[in-house]
Amino acid sequence: MKGLLKFITCGSVDDGKSTLIGHMLYDAKLLFADQEKALELDSKVGSRGGEIDYSLLLDGLMAEREQGITIDVAYRYFTTDNRSFIVADTPGHEEYTRNMAVGASFADLAVILVDATKGVITQTKRHARICALMGIKHVVLAVNKMDLIGFDQKRFEEIKNDFLQMTYGFNLESVQVIPVSATEGDNITKNSENTLWYDGKALLPYLEDIEVEEDVDQEEFVMPVQRVSRPNHTFRGFQGQVEAGHIKVGDELITLPSQEKANVKSILVTDHEVSEAGAGQPVTVQLDREVDVSRGCVITTSENIQVTDMFTATILWMDDTELVEGRNYLVKVGTKLLPGTVMSIKNKIDINTGKEVPADKIFKNELVECDISLSENMVFDKFENNEALGGLILVDRVTNMTSACGVIKHELRRSTNVVWQDTDVTREVRAQQKGQKPLTLWFTGLSGSGKSTLANEVEKRLVATGHHTMLLDGDNVRHGLNKNLGFKEQDRVENIRRIAEVGKLMNDAGLIALTSFISPYDSDRQNAREIIGDSYIEIFVSTPLEVCEERDVKGLYKKARAGEIPNFTGISSPYEKPENPEIEIDTSKYSLEEATDYVVKEIMKYLD
Amino acid sequence: MRHHLSHLDQLEAEAIYIIREVAAECEKPVMLYSIGKDSSVMLHLAMKAFYPEKPPFPFLHVNTTWKFKEMIDFRDRKAKELGIEMIEHINQEGVEQGINPFDHGSAYTDIMKTQSLKQALDQYEFTAAFGGGRRDEEKSRAKERVFSFRNKNHAWDPKNQKPEMWKLYNTRINKGESMRVFPLSNWTEKDIWQYIKRENIDIVPLYFAKERPVVERDGNIVMVDDDRLKLEPGEEIKHKKVRFRTLGCYPLTGGVESEAETLDEIIDETLGAVSSERTSRVIDQEAAGSMERRKREGYF
Repeated sequence: MKGLLKFITCGSVDDGKSTLIGHMLYDAKLLFADQEKALELDSKVGSRGGEIDYSLLLDGLMAEREQGITIDVAYRYFTTDNRSFIVADTPGHEEYTRNMAVGASFADLAVILVDATKGVITQTKRHARICALMGIKHVVLAVNKMDLIGFDQKRFEEIKNDFLQMTYGFNLESVQVIPVSATEGDNITKNSENTLWYDGKALLPYLEDIEVEEDVDQEEFVMPVQRVSRPNHTFRGFQGQVEAGHIKVGDELITLPSQEKANVKSILVTDHEVSEAGAGQPVTVQLDREVDVSRGCVITTSENIQVTDMFTATILWMDDTELVEGRNYLVKVGTKLLPGTVMSIKNKIDINTGKEVPADKIFKNELVECDISLSENMVFDKFENNEALGGLILVDRVTNMTSACGVIKHELRRSTNVVWQDTDVTREVRAQQKGQKPLTLWFTGLSGSGKSTLANEVEKRLVATGHHTMLLDGDNVRHGLNKNLGFKEQDRVENIRRIAEVGKLMNDAGLIALTSFISPYDSDRQNAREIIGDSYIEIFVSTPLEVCEERDVKGLYKKARAGEIPNFTGISSPYEKPENPEIEIDTSKYSLEEATDYVVKEIMKYLD
Repeated sequence: MRHHLSHLDQLEAEAIYIIREVAAECEKPVMLYSIGKDSSVMLHLAMKAFYPEKPPFPFLHVNTTWKFKEMIDFRDRKAKELGIEMIEHINQEGVEQGINPFDHGSAYTDIMKTQSLKQALDQYEFTAAFGGGRRDEEKSRAKERVFSFRNKNHAWDPKNQKPEMWKLYNTRINKGESMRVFPLSNWTEKDIWQYIKRENIDIVPLYFAKERPVVERDGNIVMVDDDRLKLEPGEEIKHKKVRFRTLGCYPLTGGVESEAETLDEIIDETLGAVSSERTSRVIDQEAAGSMERRKREGYF
């Protein structure tokens, strides 16, 4: 026998969802006799004539019967010889989309209905999109009311193609399109004589056979902590449900967000002591040492679970009031509930096309991409990796309404001085991500003054202390970016301008750039300072000309003196000494190590 | 999906998750205990959910004073055995007014059950109450959330239920409001019986067929549990082998003739059942929608 299948039926109002399920239960003889009796009785007083109205089985609320529509999700339970099912019949009206989403969040498979006389309409697309958002991977498109179009195969194929085109890119694992008639019973429990051209299974046999299980056993162990159990001084257990993977006694775990390591001392699955436990089981885990873990924390073996106070999410807005930027909500992810703010609405997703469109105001039932910032760190994973740590709800702090549900796309990091109305990932965001202040360390000085050697040593130190750097060396750049430039004055100006722009880009990327160029003209360095801005740190390597010429590492001074190199700085071209460099160092007076110590110490003043 | 977990394992895990969420997030929870089989399963799950701790909330039995004697005996024995706090609440005003199921019909249910429950919840200021309700029992229950919001008057607004997504239950309420929480929402009657068997859960003996003194009234088999049941003209006490599919107030709980003396026999009977279980509750047959109407007014 296959495992339990949780599925929903959805689609527009009057597409026949309730009737479809009602008919399926009736035909499969899955009704209790008294329900059947009540159904016939209800039908007689109902508005649809004397025929059995199968939808009355599911439309349980009085208001629904009166209006002939489904307001809320109805859950039905049935078991055939092959499988147990829970079906959530969801409302078709756009007004009640949030109730449809409730059903979708619960299900492994969606049966989406379309009316064959109408084809794929906006509401079909809305529901398909919400199903995909909520993580449903298996879809059946039931093309209903085939009897009304004379079981026309051509029309069926058109609708099928429309749907497949629309759902392309939804990351679905299976899509089956079945021609049915919910009122007449075609292709519900057995294949119909009216659609001999259809070679797939009828709906119920298809649902009995489909495999929807995901193999989460192979994944890393993840358990959000629901509560800490301390019945006495000797016992401290973390209670929760294993969401992925498995653990054994003795395994090493990481606690998040505290990032401590500990080993599993004991495991209880409900009230049984066990040596290992796996996905889906309710457990109580004891660790072998004291760790800082409470409700909302996560214990895991994964290195990839993240901790953040800001992320981007796609949400379904479900509140009657509009979504307002900057409003504070309670955010629940896993077992953690925290105050959080919808910082910026990036755009909304057009239900018809799936395209992102600019949004000023967000109303009920719209899909929105937005940035959410939290009052403190929260453990999360992308929804596509882990539903339990990637799904979220927003709760209104005044009305307590569940105003939105959504899925986390990726994290963002907050910077102290970022204006978040600007929705772009800024230079500060990238810098924050690298945990450093971007600088351009502009080494200037004569050829042979030791700029490159010093810059190289400084970079090694910075990297060793966890910084992210990029060294731009004059000679190396001339082989690539600037190989079309010569040594005439205008070329040297352009050379420096390009270097300054590259330094700025590096800084924008969050990096600490080190540039090592002679850069002899004061005007060029001023230009670089303007391009790079506050991040520009001038390091004047003031080694005297005589020392440089004596070192003559590359033999250039000799050639210059011999007139073989025109416009050589210090010989045939001037070096304008910097007036107020941030840092000055004469390498002739110190060892390389001393010089490096000094420069790094000075740089640190600007990095803090 | 967890392929190595059976259907019952999945239902058990879901219920335990819900029960733990309430204990962790709700200010002052209580578990309603009706002594029936669903309550027995829920109590069992609560014991498992917190082991080695005891459940960190009390249990509440709303006694109408018309329960089967065997139920009260069973309740007291279980509470003692498990070492749990069992609160009994009786609507004393109702008792003083002599409200009874024979003379007062649906008013009796309202006063001794619905009003009594509200009294108890108000008196102890409980913010969340677990109930053993299942969605397969009745059409309006089929639409109720697991965490079901009640306003200050304990009323349910079925047209305005808050969305309930994944396992992200919203437990937030304002002062005076409360939650009803149904950990067994997704269980069927068959699941309940199979779980009782698997876990060897103790249940009131009334569920098993035995020869009992009964009268037939309006097509229902009513047990003569004490001398407060007055025979009407033409009625006589017969001794029949009966059992009860649900337990409540004895005058309102119809028995079924049965030979099922063991759990296996009950399960066989249930699996082959041609009648869904609420038909043995006399009050349900009034009109379609009667349950929803009562629930809106605060009936559990």
